[in-house]
Amino acid sequence: MTDVSSSLLISPSLILILGAFLLPTVNGWARAALILILPLLTLGAIWQVGDGVQMTAQFLDYQLELVEGSNLSRLFATIFAIMAFAGGLFALNQKTTVELVAAFAYAGSAIGVALAGDLITVFLYWELMAVGSTMVVWAARTEASGRAAMRYALVHLFGGVVLMVGIVAYIQDTGSIDFTLMGANSFATWLILIGFLINTGAPPLSAWLPDAYPEASWSGTVFLSAFTTKTAVYVLLVGFAGEQVLIWIGVYMIFYGIVYALLENDMRRILAYSIVNQVGFMVVGAGIGTEMAINGASSHAFTHIIYKALLLMSAGSVMYMTGGKRKCTDLGGLFQSMPLTALAGIIGALAISSFPWTSGFVSKSMTNQASYDEGMLIVWFCLMAASAGVFLHAGIKFPWFVFFQKDSGLRPKDPPWNMKAAMILFSFLCIWMGVQPGPLYDLLPYPTDYEPYTSAHVYEMLQLLLYSGLAFFVLLPLMKRKLTITLDFDWFYRKFAVDVSARLAEMASKLIGAFIWVRDYLISAVIDAASHHHNPRGVLARTTPAGVMVFWVVVVLFAYLLMYLFV
Amino acid sequence: MSEDKKAEAPKREAVMGGKSIPLDITGQPMHWLVRPKTIKLLWVLGIALLALTTWLGTTVHPHAQFSIEGTLGFYSWYGFITCVAMVLFAKLLGLILSRKDTFYD
Repeated sequence: MTDVSSSLLISPSLILILGAFLLPTVNGWARAALILILPLLTLGAIWQVGDGVQMTAQFLDYQLELVEGSNLSRLFATIFAIMAFAGGLFALNQKTTVELVAAFAYAGSAIGVALAGDLITVFLYWELMAVGSTMVVWAARTEASGRAAMRYALVHLFGGVVLMVGIVAYIQDTGSIDFTLMGANSFATWLILIGFLINTGAPPLSAWLPDAYPEASWSGTVFLSAFTTKTAVYVLLVGFAGEQVLIWIGVYMIFYGIVYALLENDMRRILAYSIVNQVGFMVVGAGIGTEMAINGASSHAFTHIIYKALLLMSAGSVMYMTGGKRKCTDLGGLFQSMPLTALAGIIGALAISSFPWTSGFVSKSMTNQASYDEGMLIVWFCLMAASAGVFLHAGIKFPWFVFFQKDSGLRPKDPPWNMKAAMILFSFLCIWMGVQPGPLYDLLPYPTDYEPYTSAHVYEMLQLLLYSGLAFFVLLPLMKRKLTITLDFDWFYRKFAVDVSARLAEMASKLIGAFIWVRDYLISAVIDAASHHHNPRGVLARTTPAGVMVFWVVVVLFAYLLMYLFV
Repeated sequence: MSEDKKAEAPKREAVMGGKSIPLDITGQPMHWLVRPKTIKLLWVLGIALLALTTWLGTTVHPHAQFSIEGTLGFYSWYGFITCVAMVLFAKLLGLILSRKDTFYD
């Protein structure tokens, strides 16, 4: 790559990506300082990016647009940098440096996608993200995380190949590498859409997310929750806004997340399923494609990253302080000894449920409003039911089973100061953005005069949520946790394909065995026949005494005599 | 919820400040928030809150674009019924798809 021309000193994404590789070289306070300063420097650089193309480079015959600014791209890049900061603060006591290096390179690549102006740059950062996130899963260094990382990598490399074929075909068709609204109207654009959708956790491959994310370390999952799915939402908003099929894919994701989370016992898998559920709302927003819907999807992505990270920090703190306990059946009653962690979990849970005066209320409601404004009755009904369902599967279920329910007798303390600080920061943001939505609305791609706090809207949401809560406690006996998992599409590649290939291998070996048996049988039959006839006593090889010959001559002569006399 | 708590309520009690307080699983006096009395109070308050929000919902008359939205306490019954439906659907799906959590090990 030559001829980089730029109005910026350095691409914001490179500050994090290159800076990440400095982390293994320092220790102690210098390491902590670097972890906190790198995301802040990146954030500063992002805010220097003006509208339009800011950095280009020549690659083969193409001019790559390495950095291009817009309201939408700055919004996503900003939240990615904030997330890297809070995630780094939370992970300061993570001893595995490789996890932090991978997580920062991963965060930087996500910022790279958000600021990319052309498809080739999008693809390069896209694949870097796949590598970084796989390393974050793998860095937990357990057998389960190693296997999960491998499955995660396979799904994402497959998605990457689909995306690459789509991009190559698109460039072939149009001659342009510009990343702009394209719509699914050709083979190439369909492939690009599928490549993007795989990263959102769309069906049928949704299972990669709840399979891999919960296997990362107590701090790794916090990073993982933020970047892959939300960059996928960003590229959908840029490339496929208004694509009708996305509405129904999103609705499926919403209910998939709720139903699977309701059946789940592992607290981090509950939260992983709820990522698919929440991203479903954003995919619906992208599908509706109006200004209100795009504002809704992008503000929801912004607030979601914060409250989902907060929930996973709360879960991560529980794991950190209980020696890795994750199952609801092992937990309960923890609010007594870790009040701050419980409070952070509750604030995150209220925000994800769009409770009034939290960040979810001022963001997700815009998508619901967009479907209402467009007269999409069925979609609106689905979104309303799903809003109640979010409270059910995550809003109450997570805090209830982890911090309340039956007393497990565990009395872990709240985690170290830095983890508490990260939770306090994000709890504050969840409430502050809910009470003061103005600054968030100012960052949105389109100017908005949306007013979330009308008394009608507040009462509607309170009714939906509180009656959802009533349903939870009335049906509590049905919600009792058991040591189960729920089969998903990953069964096909974790069990079915393994069983089929084992069966095929067995059949093949039997077939080869049969062939060898037949071959051996034939060879030994030939040898037997040969040795039978040619052995020293065989018909064709034995030496016969003269008396036998005389006997047969007499027999022949006697026969001749008889014939002569009577014939 | 209240039945669960009653069933699990320990038999031993501690006397603090003239009041008898049940002991929790670790043998300490139970946290005030999970004592049976508090839980009973929370149920009463919760039901009062539900009634209040439904009533508040009837005091505003937003422009209802979809006719069903105008029915009495729409958001209350819709929230409750759809949640019950989702839980029941999940249970049915669980009958088919649930496996022991060691299934893939």
